[in-house]
Amino acid sequence: MTTTAEQDRALAAGQAVTMAGALNQALSDALSEDDTVLVFGEDVGTLGGVFRITSGLAAAFGETRVFDTPLAESGIVGTAIGMAMNGLRPVVEMQFDAFAYPAFEQITSHLAKLRNRTRGRVGLPIVIRIPYGGGIGGVEHHCDSSEAYYTHTAGLRVVTPGTPADAYVLLRQAIKSPDPVIFLEPKRRYWSKEVVSAHADIPMDRAVVRRSGSDVTLITYGGALATTLEAAQAAESDDRSVEVIDLRSLAPFDDETVTASVKRTGRAIVVHEASRFCGYGAEVAARVSEQCFHYLEAPVLRVAGFDIPYPPPSLEEYHLPSVDRILAAIDRLQWRETASGAQAAG
Amino acid sequence: MVTSPMTPERLLPGPTPVTLLDAAGQAVPSDGLDMPADQVLLALYRMMVLGRRFDTQATALTKQGRLAVYPSARGQEACQIAAVAALRPQDWLFPTYRDSMAVTARGVDPVQVLTLLRGDWHSGYDPYQKRVAPQCTPLATNTLHAVGMARAAAIKGEDMVALVMLGDGATSEGDTHAALNFAAVWKAPVVFLVQNNGYAISVPLSKQTAAPSLAHKGIGYGVPGTLVDGNDAAAVYAVVRRAVTSAASGAGPALIEALTYRVEAHTNADDATRYRSRDEVDSWLARDPVTRLREHLGRRGLLAAADVAALEAQAEAEAAALRQRMNTGTRHDPADLFRYVYAEQTPELRRQQHELAAELAELELAELEEAGTRDDDDR
Repeated sequence: MTTTAEQDRALAAGQAVTMAGALNQALSDALSEDDTVLVFGEDVGTLGGVFRITSGLAAAFGETRVFDTPLAESGIVGTAIGMAMNGLRPVVEMQFDAFAYPAFEQITSHLAKLRNRTRGRVGLPIVIRIPYGGGIGGVEHHCDSSEAYYTHTAGLRVVTPGTPADAYVLLRQAIKSPDPVIFLEPKRRYWSKEVVSAHADIPMDRAVVRRSGSDVTLITYGGALATTLEAAQAAESDDRSVEVIDLRSLAPFDDETVTASVKRTGRAIVVHEASRFCGYGAEVAARVSEQCFHYLEAPVLRVAGFDIPYPPPSLEEYHLPSVDRILAAIDRLQWRETASGAQAAG
Repeated sequence: MVTSPMTPERLLPGPTPVTLLDAAGQAVPSDGLDMPADQVLLALYRMMVLGRRFDTQATALTKQGRLAVYPSARGQEACQIAAVAALRPQDWLFPTYRDSMAVTARGVDPVQVLTLLRGDWHSGYDPYQKRVAPQCTPLATNTLHAVGMARAAAIKGEDMVALVMLGDGATSEGDTHAALNFAAVWKAPVVFLVQNNGYAISVPLSKQTAAPSLAHKGIGYGVPGTLVDGNDAAAVYAVVRRAVTSAASGAGPALIEALTYRVEAHTNADDATRYRSRDEVDSWLARDPVTRLREHLGRRGLLAAADVAALEAQAEAEAAALRQRMNTGTRHDPADLFRYVYAEQTPELRRQQHELAAELAELELAELEEAGTRDDDDR
């Protein structure tokens, strides 16, 4: 793990940094810029977090601002709520996706609702960072894609970066947001690397087109983004021009970017790791169908995890959406035969 | 052996509840706690009489359909009033749904307090105005908010204590455990006041815990536990005041269990005769906290019959004013449903707000047309 100072230099020099490094830098910059920002959770102090996202921060900013808490997720979120009521901006870490569940009541009954309950008098600018999803060979309870629990809860913003650059930008924006933000970090991409710019003008609640194409729109986010981009690249050899949208913000949902794309391509597939039934993709498919029905050449498909508890490490490859599974879904989009015998877009 | 503040024995409650006034209103000497000043006792009595009348008025309003539901705190006046009276203006109160009397005692407008139970909005008052968090319906979750508030105060160097109210049932919840533990580890300036009123809806304390008392739970966290007679306003005031002073000085949190009784059913919708006897209720009515304080003040010549009558007249007047204000219809704006979900309205909520507005406009039009047809028929 590089130190914060090394990262600073890497960022300034335009060198590639990992998503983990970008997140660490975002926390460090937020702590420097705003005295009311606090970082706390389990093992985030001395150790720097089990994924080292908070590495070096306690040493740099002191134990009053970056600290280890007793081991109780509900306690972490519940006390963060009280702190935010008293003018602080807590950024808390849940160690793993499934270990955030003890905090569920605090998140859904209080964090999400307090602004509404008090007619806007009490806002809670809190960020809950949650490493989520599979692909790292984690044993049970370490690999859940829990996004739909949060996106189904009004009052929360839910964002998830798919790239190191977005990890930096989105986390900075999340910490500045006056609303509570569930910040889902795709842990399998923690070690992916790219050049990160500290300056970004895309708002937190907007999707971006990661790859332009004209035949089909793949809509994805988080850990599945890299796989989807790989599939889009591979589809080129079949003469399919694939557009890839990275949602970034799962709640609120950027209808504008998504519908503009699908109206152009006429075909759409949602790709995510989470289980299919009542998964996030169901909402995306419904919205696209409602808003783009007359432009669609084929039903909106979903490439998702199976409707099973997250599998053990030896079997997770069968569960996670793969390049082949995405390509197979593209093939099922009711392409018409052309005179030359090749399939072409409608 | 010299006992330091950290020895386990110092964390345990005494063998009997702290009492300053016995059931007959006689002063009893207590180890290390002074009887509150006469002016304080008189203020407590005044607030308790007004609080009780507010409480019975709220129960009556449910019968007239003016309130959707009301969880009465009758019988718990000493806890509700004395705890709030022991707070300083800069302190915070984190009440539950049963603590409406405490919230009004803190100075919040009773109509705003009843907004939740009237069904007009989830919380009717500005928490920052009197430093009172919204009344909490989920059990024990407010304990953590109080700890966070107090911890933030310590971080910011503010002289402030958070007092959180919870019931005997709530002590079984995980959040109470986490809150006591976080508060102790952080030495946060928090006072946990457990109003042990004997029942969690219908479940008696014997089915809630096997601990010798709820105050004994403090030792497991390194938090001093105090057991107090919850129907003795003088004792509750003195014990809470001591805890607030100690927490404000940086000595950390305190756990107080006040032994009291819920005279009414859980709410107006509950039937308490299904789980407790009339004799039991009667035995607690004989230990009434308001009567006890009145007896004491009367005996010491601090309260004349005329004072009592004047205060009761004031309570009646306030109840009448409340009735009148609760009879005035409130205007509800459906657009409010979409206004406060986020700091800035999302495009989706803007769409949904318009959707509802269009639906209502269509309905109104249909009604107008129908009325027009009726007018035609009349001609």
